[in-house]
Amino acid sequence: MNNFSYTQASSAKEATASRAGTAQSAYIAGGTTLLDLMKANLEEHAQLVDINLLPFKGIEQTADGLRIGAMERMSDVGEHPLVVQNYPAVSESLLLAASPQLRNMASIGGNMLQRTRCGYFRDAAFPCNKRVPGSGCPAIAGDNHNLAILGVSDACIATAYPGDLAVALAAFDAVLTLENAKGKQRRVPVTEFYVLPGRTPQRETVLEPGELIVAVTIPNTAHARRSTYLKVRERTSYAYALASAAVGLDVQGGTIRSARVALGGVGTKPWRSPEAEKVLTGAPATEATFRAAAAAALRGAQPHDDNRYKVELAQNTLVQALLAVSS
Amino acid sequence: MDTEPKFFETNPTAGVVGKPLNRVDGRDKVMGRAKYAAEYNNLPGLAHAVIKTSDVAKGRITGFDTTAAMKQPGVLAILTYQNIPKLAKTPNDADGKKAIGAPMGYLPLTDDQIHYAGQPVAVVVADTLERAQYAAALLKVQVAADKPIASYEDPKAQLFDPEKIQDGKADGHVKRGDAQAAFAAAPVQLTHKYTHAINHHSPMEPGATTAHWEAPDRLTIYESTQGVTRTQKSVSTMLGLSAEQVRVVTKYLGGGFGCKGSAWPHTILTVQAAKAVGRPVKLALTRPQMFTGMGHREDQTQTLRLGATKDGKLTALIHEKTSTTSPWDNYAESNSKIINMLYECPTFEASYQLARANVMTSTFTRAPGEAPGSFAIESSMDDLAYQLGIDPIEIRLRNYAEKDPTNGHPWSSKSLKQCYARGAELFGWSKRNPKNGATRDGRLLVGWGMATASYPVHNSQGTARARLYADGHAVVQSGATDLGTGTYTVMTQVACDALGLPMDKVRFELGDTKLPTAPNSGGSVAAGTVSSSVYMAVQDLWQKLIKVAVLDKKSPLYRAKIADVEAKAGRLQLKSDPKKGEGFADLMKRADMSDVEGNGQGRYGSGYEDAQAAANADQSKKDEAAHHSMHSFGAHFCEVKVDPDLGTVRVTRWVSVHGAGRILNAKTARSQIIGGSIFGIGAALMEGTVRDQHFSRYTNASLADYHIPVNADIPEMTVEFIDEHDPHINAMGVKGIGEISMVGVSAAVANAVFHATGKRVRELPLTPEKILGAKAV
Ligand SMILES: Cc1cc2nc3c(=O)[nH]c(=O)nc-3n(C[C@H](O)[C@H](O)[C@H](O)COP(=O)(O)OP(=O)(O)OC[C@H]3O[C@@H](n4cnc5c(N)ncnc54)[C@H](O)[C@@H]3O)c2cc1C
Ligand code: SF4
Repeated sequence: MNNFSYTQASSAKEATASRAGTAQSAYIAGGTTLLDLMKANLEEHAQLVDINLLPFKGIEQTADGLRIGAMERMSDVGEHPLVVQNYPAVSESLLLAASPQLRNMASIGGNMLQRTRCGYFRDAAFPCNKRVPGSGCPAIAGDNHNLAILGVSDACIATAYPGDLAVALAAFDAVLTLENAKGKQRRVPVTEFYVLPGRTPQRETVLEPGELIVAVTIPNTAHARRSTYLKVRERTSYAYALASAAVGLDVQGGTIRSARVALGGVGTKPWRSPEAEKVLTGAPATEATFRAAAAAALRGAQPHDDNRYKVELAQNTLVQALLAVSS
Repeated sequence: MDTEPKFFETNPTAGVVGKPLNRVDGRDKVMGRAKYAAEYNNLPGLAHAVIKTSDVAKGRITGFDTTAAMKQPGVLAILTYQNIPKLAKTPNDADGKKAIGAPMGYLPLTDDQIHYAGQPVAVVVADTLERAQYAAALLKVQVAADKPIASYEDPKAQLFDPEKIQDGKADGHVKRGDAQAAFAAAPVQLTHKYTHAINHHSPMEPGATTAHWEAPDRLTIYESTQGVTRTQKSVSTMLGLSAEQVRVVTKYLGGGFGCKGSAWPHTILTVQAAKAVGRPVKLALTRPQMFTGMGHREDQTQTLRLGATKDGKLTALIHEKTSTTSPWDNYAESNSKIINMLYECPTFEASYQLARANVMTSTFTRAPGEAPGSFAIESSMDDLAYQLGIDPIEIRLRNYAEKDPTNGHPWSSKSLKQCYARGAELFGWSKRNPKNGATRDGRLLVGWGMATASYPVHNSQGTARARLYADGHAVVQSGATDLGTGTYTVMTQVACDALGLPMDKVRFELGDTKLPTAPNSGGSVAAGTVSSSVYMAVQDLWQKLIKVAVLDKKSPLYRAKIADVEAKAGRLQLKSDPKKGEGFADLMKRADMSDVEGNGQGRYGSGYEDAQAAANADQSKKDEAAHHSMHSFGAHFCEVKVDPDLGTVRVTRWVSVHGAGRILNAKTARSQIIGGSIFGIGAALMEGTVRDQHFSRYTNASLADYHIPVNADIPEMTVEFIDEHDPHINAMGVKGIGEISMVGVSAAVANAVFHATGKRVRELPLTPEKILGAKAV
């Protein structure tokens, strides 16, 4: 890890201003992603701006839905009664993530910006297009058992966001509030926040340099109230998903009125599936429908040698999640 | 005639031995007072060293750019093969390797060659750890890289048949009868292939060394090792010093599992660094370095052919193993040993194939050979049972070995039948539905599996010293190691019973080459050998006091024959008339003795005239020398629930029953069995280090990505021991349980998965991918 200077900011203005002065600078929230990367010399920052004192706090009902401050901790949000009641999939995605210690430190804003677990990215001895653009992608012909099968490119097949929360947020049309150095705020849906790797896998989100995540707002909907997050891994806890599904259904009289589906662990970004939702909407809430939806969701899959199993696993995960919310 | 006393003769009813006492070192550990190798921070001028490792797996170092690194404040030295202080001997030639007892036939920083990814190429020393780390990051190593070979699966790898494996300790070919002919003639034939992923020991405490040159020719190292004596020998030989000039201290160890059984490169590099900078130096491996710094369980494929009669009697076993080894050493776990001895079978053949690859040498990993070997034989026995419609326990009973099939020797003791019976009772095995895939819990498939466990009692010997004070306190010492498993505690218990003193009056000290020599804590020998040494040391002390008593006119034992006097519960008395005698304190006060000291030797096969011969014998001759085969036996029972759609396997019930001689502490013993079973469940369901086949470098060298079980993976576990009185094994009748606890575990899990799903998976670990991909038979 390199030497760096450390500043504590108490307002968004102070944070963006102090960062503007230094080219190589990063915000630090819980530090659970950032410090790991710095210790492994995967990221170097000359300056860290601590944003833990920023007033990006609160979990409250607004006209647009539930607004969660970016500095809220994963554990607090996951256990919050409003989240548990109205967004079970969001609560589960948080409480099935990482470990209690990490969840107590990790912020919602930082969670959005966690980095891939691709083993080649995580070890500077390997080439990696995401870390060193143009150096190559050894995962394609190498160990890709935990990498993506949807949204992949010739340059990168990593699940750039390996976590859980953003998958649930993508499913339920959550919107991020961002604020730039000029104090200007904009709203970006989570589904548009992440970008596909294409030929520039180093670019993962639309966040501009210096821009802050202020909050996330999740609309209050019937399908979010009847939702679940199913996470599959060979270790029962403290592991990333091999595949996961965030689903919500609004079923009336056996017919699905509206549906939300997003997959984790299989896409190069949190994978909302309009294809699956289309199959589900207006159809009877039966296993046959769910299987058809799962097939639609994975139709475009491009697996590699080690992660071929994810095509079946992701479909089964989605079916099981849908069965769970429909019963 | 053997005159060595035995514990159950002098202590027909044990006092504290066997009791489930808490760890005597527990309080110091939770208070942070227990000092580990990297915690000797008060040494004057202590500096910090960091190892810089190679990115590539094969190549040649063409230069170093140290400019930026040397400019960093606090940097004291950058050591490379060009400037590191020279050694008297290295393991780079066969003689040197043998003399040093090195785990690896190559020591980094001896030349410009790179043989494996993660190989140390430089040591950076600075006044703080952070400065050393950053300077190491700035140090540039120029390398001419070559294309590496990654494993035996590499198409370019050349396979060869070694004559010997494991530094010559085991044979590369084993033959008993004509197994090929017997297999060809067998009415039932099974041929199956089993693969095992690379496993890493991953102890909580990494490898760490603190080296302090107290004088130019006197070195003390605080080391994270399973054996201070072996480390002393390795380090002193490399330095060209007498063993006496090197002191090794290991007061506490945060786990070892075999990876701390030898002195790996970082130890001597730290010693050399301390020499170079003229200050004490401390070095701890990072977690990623733990994946390339202290060995691993090798990647391997086994093919097991099993011939049997229609009623399930084995007639032939043929085992072949192919595995990866390093450029220098013929290391392979000897899987065939357990396959050869576990069941009555008239013929047996085993062979090993190795491929050299650009990896470091693999090493002993908890139950080396027995763990993966038992996976093969115990999965195949389950198949045989299923194919013939025989209950898995019944098939094992039909092949029960009443004598050691490998040499015809009687067992010193064997309670395997009782283990099966008691395990089955505790588990409820009789209610098992013989059909596969027929039991459900909601959506989940439920399966029950079992497997046999066995582990040999290796021959070894050790020594201990006991000093009893007239005021009723005692200090007992042996240079053994406590891996965190309870050695401090059980040795205190043994000393207490032997001395007739309560726990708070006896202190046991270990982990220092200044103390009497003890064997490495490995191969499950520590409990048996060290406890016997402690017991014998106390007997020696009693003999000295008895001699004083019979010469003391004021003693009630005056003029008694020494052989007629015994020590019981701290009292010296006539065997024929126990009322005639006195306590040691009275005698010692009268004789003006402040203390009395005894020395003892604990050894293998103590029930014999030629106990010393047995303890010294070559591994392959030890049973002969002792006239008995000595093994622990046990059985594991496992229930799994398998999600048929998601392929996830969860262990939901566990029962282990073992017969392992005398159990010294019911609580720490239970913990050993639980720990080993969890270790095995990890290997069965999730552990596997992935080596990229192009780069020969690991892609998951971290504990976030190399998964070991967490609490949520482990159910309540039931552990029981069968009472065994083994008069042959050693003075304490203790067999050791560190390794048997994981033997058979992965097979028990795989057999349960087979029962649950009808799917037989022979590739460890059994991940969802493999469960989903397999077809039910
Ligand atoms: C071993 C391990 C296991 C894990 N397992 C899981 C898992 O199973 N599921 C899961 O979802 N996650 C998992 N995580 C990831 C974890 O959730 C993230 O590390 C955490 O959410 C990051 O939050 P933080 O506050 O610590 O972020 P930091 O580490 O402080 O920051 C991360 C990045 O975000 C930037 N940043 C932080 N806050 C803001 C903001 N408000 N505005 C702009 N930029 C910001 C920082 O500059 C930095 O680049 C795991 C992590 C570890 C280490
Ligand atoms: S998959 Fe992406 S992150 Fe992984 S090595 Fe390739 S480019 Fe790098």
